[in-house]
Amino acid sequence: MATSVLDKAPAAHATAPTGIWSWITTVDHKRIGILYGATAFLFFLIGGLEALFMRIQLMKPDNDFVSAETFNALFTMHGTTMIFLGVMPLSAMFFNYFIPLQIGARDVAFPRLNAFSYWVFLFGGLFINFSWLLNAAPNAGWFGYANLTSNQYSPGLNTDFWVLGLQILGVASMAAAINFFVTIVNLRAPGMKMLRMPMFTWMSFITQILLLLAFPVITIALVFLMMDRHFGTHFFLPEGGGDPVLWQHLFWIFGHPEVYILILPAFGIVSEVLPVFSRKPLFGYTAMVFSGAFIAFLGFGVWSHHMFATGMGPFADSFFALSTMLIAVPTGVKIFNWIGTLWGGSLQMKTPLYFAVGMVAMFIIGGLSGVMHSSPPADLQQTDTYFVVAHFHYVLFGGSIFGLTAGAYYWFPKMFGRMLNETLGKWHFWLMFIGFNVTFFPMHFLGLNGMPRRVYTYPEGLNFEFWNQVQTWGSMLLGVSMLVFIYNMWKAARRPANAPADPWRGATLEWLIPSPPQEFNFGTVPAVGSSTPAWDLRRANGGALPEPASESGEGIHMPRPSYWPVVTAFGVLGVIGSILFTHAFPQWYFITITGAAILIYGIYRWAFEPAF
Amino acid sequence: MSDAAHALEHPTATGIDSKKVAIWTLIGSECLLFASLISTYLVYKGKSLVGPLPHAESQCMLHGKMQTCEPIFEIPLVTFGTAVLLFSSFFIVLALYGAQKGSRKMLVGWLSMTVLCGLFFIGMQVYEFSHFYHKGLGYSTNLFSSTFYTLTGFHGSHVTVGVIWLSTLLYRAVKGKIPPAKALNLEIAALYWHFVDVVWIVIFPVVYLMR
Amino acid sequence: MVTSTGTLRRLARFAPAVCLLVLLGCAENYPQTTLVPRGDFARLVDDLFRTTFWWALLVFVLVEGVLLFAIFKFKGRPDDPEPRQVHGSTILEVAWTIIPAFILAAIAVPTVKTIFKTSDYATGDVVQIEVIGHQWWWEFRYTELGVVTANEMHVPVGKTVNLRMTTFDVLHSFWVPQFAGKRDVFPGRHNPLWFKAEVPGTFSGTCAEFCGTQHARMMFKVVSESQEEFDAWVARQRVGSPLVNGGRIAAVDSAVPADTTRPAPPAAPDSLERAGVALFNSTGCLGCHSMAGTATAGVLKMMGPNLTHVGSRSTIVAGFLANTPENLAKWLSNPDSVKQGTLMKLPRKLTDAEVATLVAYLRSHQ
Repeated sequence: MATSVLDKAPAAHATAPTGIWSWITTVDHKRIGILYGATAFLFFLIGGLEALFMRIQLMKPDNDFVSAETFNALFTMHGTTMIFLGVMPLSAMFFNYFIPLQIGARDVAFPRLNAFSYWVFLFGGLFINFSWLLNAAPNAGWFGYANLTSNQYSPGLNTDFWVLGLQILGVASMAAAINFFVTIVNLRAPGMKMLRMPMFTWMSFITQILLLLAFPVITIALVFLMMDRHFGTHFFLPEGGGDPVLWQHLFWIFGHPEVYILILPAFGIVSEVLPVFSRKPLFGYTAMVFSGAFIAFLGFGVWSHHMFATGMGPFADSFFALSTMLIAVPTGVKIFNWIGTLWGGSLQMKTPLYFAVGMVAMFIIGGLSGVMHSSPPADLQQTDTYFVVAHFHYVLFGGSIFGLTAGAYYWFPKMFGRMLNETLGKWHFWLMFIGFNVTFFPMHFLGLNGMPRRVYTYPEGLNFEFWNQVQTWGSMLLGVSMLVFIYNMWKAARRPANAPADPWRGATLEWLIPSPPQEFNFGTVPAVGSSTPAWDLRRANGGALPEPASESGEGIHMPRPSYWPVVTAFGVLGVIGSILFTHAFPQWYFITITGAAILIYGIYRWAFEPAF
Repeated sequence: MSDAAHALEHPTATGIDSKKVAIWTLIGSECLLFASLISTYLVYKGKSLVGPLPHAESQCMLHGKMQTCEPIFEIPLVTFGTAVLLFSSFFIVLALYGAQKGSRKMLVGWLSMTVLCGLFFIGMQVYEFSHFYHKGLGYSTNLFSSTFYTLTGFHGSHVTVGVIWLSTLLYRAVKGKIPPAKALNLEIAALYWHFVDVVWIVIFPVVYLMR
Repeated sequence: MVTSTGTLRRLARFAPAVCLLVLLGCAENYPQTTLVPRGDFARLVDDLFRTTFWWALLVFVLVEGVLLFAIFKFKGRPDDPEPRQVHGSTILEVAWTIIPAFILAAIAVPTVKTIFKTSDYATGDVVQIEVIGHQWWWEFRYTELGVVTANEMHVPVGKTVNLRMTTFDVLHSFWVPQFAGKRDVFPGRHNPLWFKAEVPGTFSGTCAEFCGTQHARMMFKVVSESQEEFDAWVARQRVGSPLVNGGRIAAVDSAVPADTTRPAPPAAPDSLERAGVALFNSTGCLGCHSMAGTATAGVLKMMGPNLTHVGSRSTIVAGFLANTPENLAKWLSNPDSVKQGTLMKLPRKLTDAEVATLVAYLRSHQ
């Protein structure tokens, strides 16, 4: 039996297979990474469009560019899209492509589970956006507070789309988190002890732990909400003895770790880019690892700082104020270590460095406004205003997006074998930097001067027009910067794929293999003696690294492609998505049964299919 | 290539098979799932507006009119079910031992017992739920019912998944497809099964015994 | 880009100060600003904000300054020699862990003190007001003074008002920035807030927790006035209030002392009152509104505001429109076109004549 399986195992390919079927059945982490990236970037643009529509509506008081109901759907979908369909899967693109490369592995621990995660993500994103076509887009906020989300106050399919869409996406995130956790724990190259791992892998590792511990909580909260909406329970409804504030607690016990899930990968990227472009090691590697871990741990103890206006009482307020202030300390440690990395370096002024430094500069602002929020009485003036909108855009856009963009410019040559144009990159940076600050800095003013958030319009007499107009122009500039980025990528795609293996003098293992890597990644993995193995090799070779030769890949057996992941993903969509109809039309239960049958059949065939 | 041969070719950094690390990871995550359910149960304990209640008499709506209802829990039955579930964990340890030793008889025998115990537990819960329903405790009757059924329902569905998983392994064991080299597959299922048992060990005193 | 690092650094140092000046200087122009507190609660939290702000500004200038300095000072070229390969510094790690902790402690201490000062109800000689959030308007009940009104809260200058707040539907948040921070309202329980207005005037507030379609148009006014003006207002509002005699007092009651602070509104002709009540009953108003002189006179818990004194309010539609005959007519003719999704759904469209009569009738109810 063993021999027959080996005979059928596909050998590593010299060139990757082509065609749409090869993409549907791929279990190659690099391809899955590209799928994540392309899909996430499209959703990110959709989320950006939703923002632009909002900004046009807010350009003047009492505007009617969109109706109140449309606006409420726009801000709900903008938040949901950017978080779950934008930043998280963009991070996943890098998790997929680079975690195995950075630890010297052939692929992730469970390649088919990896593919499954992508398909479930895609189906979840399509499911939740399908609601637009039914004029039933979620409209109760990305945070869906009870009891507004109850069936009484949100009749219709909008909130159901939101609940079920998030549940589908949760399956994708959980599967991926298990996969990357096991990959990092188990598949590191010889000599790569945990405290020699690259910072991106470290921060990603901590992110997976956060995902594993936070997502179950929102899963349960969403189950309770669904039960309240359609099965008569009162988990969050006062008429049956329930308490709407329980939703807030459960949501934010998930929601706060979630924001660290959103930022830590970007932190990791910056911690990779700054040393390479400063030509010196990361300052305080150990402190960076432990501060990241401490932030994640503490992140589970601050959730009620989102609830300072709910009247929890002075002891709860004080506890969460203090824990929130405490979390600023390890965050500050990171910022100082980044500056320490730049200090005394030989800064190579390339686009990745621009975005990485931009991230640090913007995150400082976002972090400081966060400290202002940490004081509950002061927060009573700031929460639910444009001040907090400014804060989280500084950390999420200024932080996560700038960081991810730095990663994009840094790793694009490795992924696609082509360099992105430096001039266009710098145009992208400056347009984005200026556009971002023009859009979001005035929001600090507006918030402190009395403009609440989640409002589709504002009256004339409150003087909000000027800064709103400025912000709208800024957002247009942001849109233009995206066009520059897209143009840069499109131009690069038309160039031949002849980028060097190591265009930046990188420190980590991914730079030792061709750009793009061969299917099997490493022919032989070098022994790792520090957190900067590529630099070590350079020093051992008198400062130069030979361009890696194309290897034959003979004798390396690769995980076989499979269509069971996509089939099983359909099953997940079928089971969870069908609840949208079956709760109201039980006679449609056959959809759920069919979905369950596909799911179970898919799992069985997957389980008994040989992996190799 | 068999898993064991593959494992020899690609040793893991921890020395533990990746599938085993994965199931432990899943278990860690599921702890938070059940922690959320148990916390909600505790937060709403004693806050129901109407009966039936678990340990006390109450006013509840039965057959269309409000009347006095007795406490609804039947502790002896559930205690017996708990014991059965605990024994099933012991049985699966014996089954795994049999698999690792290469004794198909031990493996099949004890694994069957495990599955039977799991089925018994599910049956007990089904009986308990329908009994409660007839005594006026529907899913949405009160906060106790909603939190109780959701919590024990999630646990019961985990047991059900476990029973299906173990039955599949039992079928393969009977056909001789679980030699010692493949005992890992049973070990992983056993870890999951033990977890499901441990969750019940928490639920039983917190829900059934605590007043 | 820039000519010299020195110039940029100097400029960068001024930027935050400029921002602050812009911020503060312009704040006076914002009627709803939090930065010019006019009540004691707002002043307390503003003091705390300023403490935090100055520390944050200091950190911002220092850290961004060092970052910018580093970018310019250490710019290198591809063929430069490798810089010194520093790995870290334990002393620095300790320093930049401890110093921020101390700064945070400086913020934490006044924070906790202020938390305890602002978390509970006010006691003593206070004006008790019950605040009830609705989709999408605010109800104010002066429980001891017997006033029930909507969207316009009158308070006496220099006297503390104690708010006991809840909602009859979804979550809202009561926010009048000039006087106090905000507090959310929850169904089934009450949350405390208090403030003492320090200057007279009309101040705007708004709902600050997303509550559905028209969350943006759930505004209200707080009118801070002298004790005499306030007492006169109370006296007028008590006439026909559901909290006074079950609302059974007619719209104009000769037993109530004449109000000498304002010119008396022209007495409504009896025919207008009768026509108005007839329309009120027949066109569906009484399904949601209580109104003195109608069958819903004393009813407290209704979907819509009590209209007994709607004519005296400066705005209608939850602070959205000025209370003019034209706006009232627009609102009655087609509420949904004014406020999409409003819960004010008329059973049938009103004729122009009906609208005119109702407008006059409502405006006569000062």
